[in-house]
Amino acid sequence: MEAARRRPRKPLSQADELRRVQEGILAVARGHGLEPFRTVFELVDHAEMNEIAAYGGFPTRYPHWRFGMEFEELQKGYAYGLQKIYELVINNDPCYAYLMKANARVDQKMVIAHVYGHSDFFRNNMWFSQTNRRMIDEIANHGTRLRRHVEKHGQEAVERFLDAALSLEHLIDYHSVYSPHRRRSRYDFSEDAGPAEVRRLRTPKGYLDRYINPPEFLEGQRRKVEEQLQRRKRFPEEPARDVLEFLIEYAPLDNWQRDVVSIVREESYYFAPQALTKIMNEGWATYWHAKIMTEGALEPSEVVDFADHHSSTLGVRPGAINPYKLGVELWRHVEERWNKGRFGREYDDCDDMERRRAWDLGLGKGKEKIFEVRRIYHDVGFIDAFLTKEFCEEHRLFVYRFNPQANRYEIADRDFEAVKRNLLFRLTNMGHPLLEVVDGNFRNRAELLLKHRHEGVDLDLAEARDTLANLHRLWQRPVNLQTVLEDQAKLVSFDGDKHKEEDIASA
Amino acid sequence: MDRTNTYVKKIEKDHARFREIIRGRIRKDLRKYVSEGGMVGRRGKYVVSIPLPQLRIPTFRYGRNDRSGVGQGEGEAGTPIAPGDPSGHGAGAGGEPGRHLLEVELSIEELAQILGEELALPRIQPRGRSTLMADQSSYTGIARVGPESLRHFKRTYKEALKRAVAMGAYNPDRPVVIPFREDKRYRSWKVKETPQNNAVIVYMMDVSGSMGDEQKEIVRTEAFWIDTWLRSQYKKLETRFVVHDAAAKEVDRETFFHLKESGGTKISSAYQLCSELIRKDYDVAEWNVYPFHFSDGDNWGSEDTRKCLELLDKEIFPRANVFCYGQVKSAYGSGQFKKDLDERFPKDERLITSEIKDKDGIVDSIRDFLGKGR
Repeated sequence: MEAARRRPRKPLSQADELRRVQEGILAVARGHGLEPFRTVFELVDHAEMNEIAAYGGFPTRYPHWRFGMEFEELQKGYAYGLQKIYELVINNDPCYAYLMKANARVDQKMVIAHVYGHSDFFRNNMWFSQTNRRMIDEIANHGTRLRRHVEKHGQEAVERFLDAALSLEHLIDYHSVYSPHRRRSRYDFSEDAGPAEVRRLRTPKGYLDRYINPPEFLEGQRRKVEEQLQRRKRFPEEPARDVLEFLIEYAPLDNWQRDVVSIVREESYYFAPQALTKIMNEGWATYWHAKIMTEGALEPSEVVDFADHHSSTLGVRPGAINPYKLGVELWRHVEERWNKGRFGREYDDCDDMERRRAWDLGLGKGKEKIFEVRRIYHDVGFIDAFLTKEFCEEHRLFVYRFNPQANRYEIADRDFEAVKRNLLFRLTNMGHPLLEVVDGNFRNRAELLLKHRHEGVDLDLAEARDTLANLHRLWQRPVNLQTVLEDQAKLVSFDGDKHKEEDIASA
Repeated sequence: MDRTNTYVKKIEKDHARFREIIRGRIRKDLRKYVSEGGMVGRRGKYVVSIPLPQLRIPTFRYGRNDRSGVGQGEGEAGTPIAPGDPSGHGAGAGGEPGRHLLEVELSIEELAQILGEELALPRIQPRGRSTLMADQSSYTGIARVGPESLRHFKRTYKEALKRAVAMGAYNPDRPVVIPFREDKRYRSWKVKETPQNNAVIVYMMDVSGSMGDEQKEIVRTEAFWIDTWLRSQYKKLETRFVVHDAAAKEVDRETFFHLKESGGTKISSAYQLCSELIRKDYDVAEWNVYPFHFSDGDNWGSEDTRKCLELLDKEIFPRANVFCYGQVKSAYGSGQFKKDLDERFPKDERLITSEIKDKDGIVDSIRDFLGKGR
């Protein structure tokens, strides 16, 4: 990217003007308390934009056909006027933002303000705190490594392995993204010969021993030791949600293959916080672009275009949640509640609708609250804590469901609890089923056993089979998945040759 | 480094790889696509659009017993918000709103190439004076691997210099730059074959009562693939259409495939018209001529059949690259005409006959017609 900044460009009359706009907006944003990274803006045409977007924001990413597929779809979407990417922001320090060259001036203003919202969020939200802020370099490095593997081992072999690894890319521990300990190996075999004896508390005087170490206590201690020993015999000791890490450490892979899996895993962890905070992040950026634009940056001649584009960002289709819209409305809802003091026991217990509606303690804590929320929450917590019944009703949220008789999707429910439950379920583990390695020596035959934590929704069996086949490419011994299909506990297996499903007693 | 250039090439590589995978898929299922005839109606002037199941990397994900979600907007319980699968309850693609088939566009040349590879079709040796396929190769890019003879000196040293500067090894007072293996850049090239000849196909079809819709659909599908292949082999391809029952007339493509007549069948009328048409419009020295005739094998009496054989022998064979006769099986047809042809011209290179029993027979029949490379 160093090269990118030095790239000779035709002097754009646009560029100086945009720089002025940028500085103005940055000053306003800082005035509101935003603390974005230093942000580098680049102007690109639509083909470049589509290319960068196809690579997930990183034009130097490793080569793979799925980026080519993504590119084709974006190009088609653009050609048919179905979609247009206004902007792309990269979580990096400095932050990089790509703007569409052809955007009108008012769009650029709005987009720059929006970008500063994202940049502030990247920098300050806790879930991003462990992401690599030099990811642009890291990704380029991944690209170089992968290309080197291709040169050495051939396109076919590397691609086939990469396909298999990508098939498992979601199998990381999404709840550890913020943990600084993540990188460390979790398996420590050095203390294999750890204390196996029952520990007694020290007693200064012998005659006190039977009071200080009574039989019940010793019995408890003994059981603890036994458990510990038992656990040590299991492999892994605790179920491993970071399946990729487990594979890197224990699958019989060549070094280059291990490297490919680590590349996939690193990128998954890097992108995870963005998926974990989609609603908050887009809502935050939208909240700030709207505020900055309407409180000063907007010129009278631009009002109509701004309103048009702003509202198209916030448009809703009945069949889907628009994260921009839901996010920004929730942020405003939180701000209003804390401005008016609509929280706490007294407000919660009040069931006089009139009083609730008029409730205003004039607290003015809204701004403080939203800055606090943007620091510590991710989407699941955000929705759980702040999606209220009032909000759900005011914004006409509903649950829809497929009706097989009519072969169509229909509104099923407007009940607040149902809406919230469905939304939270969809966001948990980023909408992916939760799987973990429970046994790396299953049947004492070095088979792999994964367990799906079934939460009421079955896996897609056909895809699960294909994915198991890919997992087998890595593990190279039979792989098994314990799950539930149509209320029956099942063991789905692939032994490198045949797929098999058998009923098992539910665990 | 010229960034724009390198990056655009990078996505082009991934894009090309994606296209290659797609072509592999289509090739694998070519038989199915051919016999279903689904592509025929999807042809534009230069491209064919093909629906493929979406190319996806499989993952563990939720299945179809969870087809719900949260939305926003007006409406009561029961208000429809989106249609389900267009196909009804197929177990295949589809699912929640938004998942869809991949519409892939292939150029006619690409499709022809796939057909050629899958059916192992030989390149046609065109007749006529200028029977050349012009090979044009040109250096089109830079690669990281290649033969030393094609090493790009300047690029290689540029890379080496960049690396030296980055590593801090470069000394401006003593500017020595030594390229490593990783620095080396090579020219890469592409070969393009350009056909130089022209061709015309004269399609003839029996539209008498015994040829039903199913038979016509088969002819239509065959014609599509024959067109596609021959178009890839010649610089210019013209098509002419002749229908006949007891009398023959020239029509346009649309009419050809949809006309329905009743009454008797006199094949000679079509052959007569065909030979006149060729004589009038296509100088054999300039054109490669492909008459194709499709019928269900019924002709009106042996007298007319004799006349047909005569016309073929005297008029058509001398002017055509090869004469192709496709006999589509119908409930009423006797299938006699193919027998007559094969008896009269046994092992004659100028004639190819093929019997098409049903849709699944189309592929083999295409191979019969085009597999000789004439």
